[in-house]
Amino acid sequence: MLEVRGISKYFGSVNALSGISATVGAGQVTCVLGDNGAGKSTLIKILSGVFPPDEGEILVDGDPVRFGGPREARDLGISTVYQDLAMVPLMSVWRNFFLGSEPTKGWGPWRRFDVEKARELTSRELAGMGIAIRDPEQPVGTLSGGERQAVAIARAIHFGARLLILDEPTSALGVKQAGVVLKRIVQAREQGIAVIFITHNPHHAYPVGDRFVVLSRGTSLGEFAKSEITREELIRLMADNAELEALAHELDVVPAALGVEADEDTAG
Amino acid sequence: MTEMSTPVAGLRAGSPPAGPPRGARDERLEPAGRLTRSLRRPELGALLGAVVVFVLFGVADSTPQHLWFTQTGFESWAQQAAFFGIMAVPVGLLMIGGEFDLSTGGMTGFTAILMALLIGQLHWDAWLAVIATFAFGALIGALNGLVVVKSKLPSFIVTLATYFVFRGMSIGGVLLVNHGSTELSLTNPNGGGIGSARAVFGSSFGSNAGLPTGYQTAIIWFVVVTASAVWLLSRTRFGNWIYAVGGDANAARNVGVPVARTKVLLFMGTSTAASLVGVISFLQTYSAVSEQGVGYEFYYIIAAVVGGCLLTGGYGSALGAALGACIIGMAFQGVIYAGWDSSWNFTFLGVILFLAVVVNMLIYRRANRARR
Repeated sequence: MLEVRGISKYFGSVNALSGISATVGAGQVTCVLGDNGAGKSTLIKILSGVFPPDEGEILVDGDPVRFGGPREARDLGISTVYQDLAMVPLMSVWRNFFLGSEPTKGWGPWRRFDVEKARELTSRELAGMGIAIRDPEQPVGTLSGGERQAVAIARAIHFGARLLILDEPTSALGVKQAGVVLKRIVQAREQGIAVIFITHNPHHAYPVGDRFVVLSRGTSLGEFAKSEITREELIRLMADNAELEALAHELDVVPAALGVEADEDTAG
Repeated sequence: MTEMSTPVAGLRAGSPPAGPPRGARDERLEPAGRLTRSLRRPELGALLGAVVVFVLFGVADSTPQHLWFTQTGFESWAQQAAFFGIMAVPVGLLMIGGEFDLSTGGMTGFTAILMALLIGQLHWDAWLAVIATFAFGALIGALNGLVVVKSKLPSFIVTLATYFVFRGMSIGGVLLVNHGSTELSLTNPNGGGIGSARAVFGSSFGSNAGLPTGYQTAIIWFVVVTASAVWLLSRTRFGNWIYAVGGDANAARNVGVPVARTKVLLFMGTSTAASLVGVISFLQTYSAVSEQGVGYEFYYIIAAVVGGCLLTGGYGSALGAALGACIIGMAFQGVIYAGWDSSWNFTFLGVILFLAVVVNMLIYRRANRARR
């Protein structure tokens, strides 16, 4: 459904992404893994049309596209669920569900928000995804983090998302809540939706992913199908890299810091 | 709709790490009963408060004929509540939308003076003056709103500035055209359209044996404004946007809500309502006094807060703001009926404001309790 070929992005002299390639098909989950600063959020912003890549191309259904803004990406069915979820905590679930795209009935001055339809559709969509919301009247603020993620995913799917980009949906959640979100990802995939799942946790990525792209400092460490890589290899790929980085960092910083301190001691 | 009754197909592939079994409810959550649900309604506190205040002043009523429970008593506080309520309701909507308007009190006075000038000094047709006054109100609201939206300054400060501008203009302007007097009166109330305009805005209705003077037309306008606002808030897209821009403007923007437009329209609502109050009060008395309405902006805000509107935006009720206005109207008239010194009004207002804010805070915490 979506393919990116060799995309790069520079911010001034910083090379945020270089030569990243990835694909995701309908009914597939592609996991983008990487530690902090690996370039995950830059990649999301390019895919959701916030800014264009400096190099490389994006293909949707095989055709090269250039997004003029997030709206254009959304019109092609690319829906991004950011970490803040774009939900208003004090508003009820059904009011949030249709916020900005409220169904209406009547005409002229009698055109009004079809609240019955909104309530009913919200209940039906959530039930269809197996989300237990006791009462669509309850404010979103009273939902747990996992439930809120689920509502946001259900909303994106309801509004015609063919590609869901999920930005760290499990990172702020406990084990059980993360499990709830992973189930939603699997459900979306079974509905034939393409999912890009961004995470730094290989334990969350491996069970649900079909393809894995590992990013590190703006470059790709490779794209693997599930058959090409085991969970342990994936973990090692990420961990090794993180450890190496940390080690290199320490080697860089620690002696320098010690040296400075030593100098100061002798001077004083 | 509950998951318990609708078995959903479990996972067919790639079983994720341990999650709760499908359909398992969190046993810590009690089902929301009817009582809890009605407690969630923001105007409930104001409704209970209104009943208590009504009964309280009925008991305290010291008039020889016990007028509080008669039409006379009702009319006296209802017309007072109408003047507060026509403003408190749109001020409440604006507060739900996350903004304040401190220019409202000054605007009610200034628009009354504008009416007096247009009709009394410039001899305009009364209906033309009414239209011009409403247009002026809408324009000022649009300016307030645009400045707030574009500058991103707190609306508290922007409208405080507007308030002082109009306060100065309504004193200075009247002194200028009126040779040193602060009251502008209509000496000849027979000009074009005055009779019919007064019938619509400044007259009375429903006179009967028990109340020969009838009820002021302002009461009908109060009901119309309240009903429209309730409908707007609960049954229109715009209503949904009002909650959203006050609750989380950023989230609202991300899902395509026109945040700036919504806020500007809300400011236009409060200032146009101020024009309505100015038009009504001028056509009722055929006179306007500078400094009229000054300080009332706080009554409107108090009414809205008592009615359950959250100071931080995103939550509240138009009906609640109307009930808040009724409480203030009852208090102001009730004190007179009880034969107390009316200075105690302010103390009373302070107490109910404090109580209302405490209750609102508890509601807010309740609504956010499970946030993680």
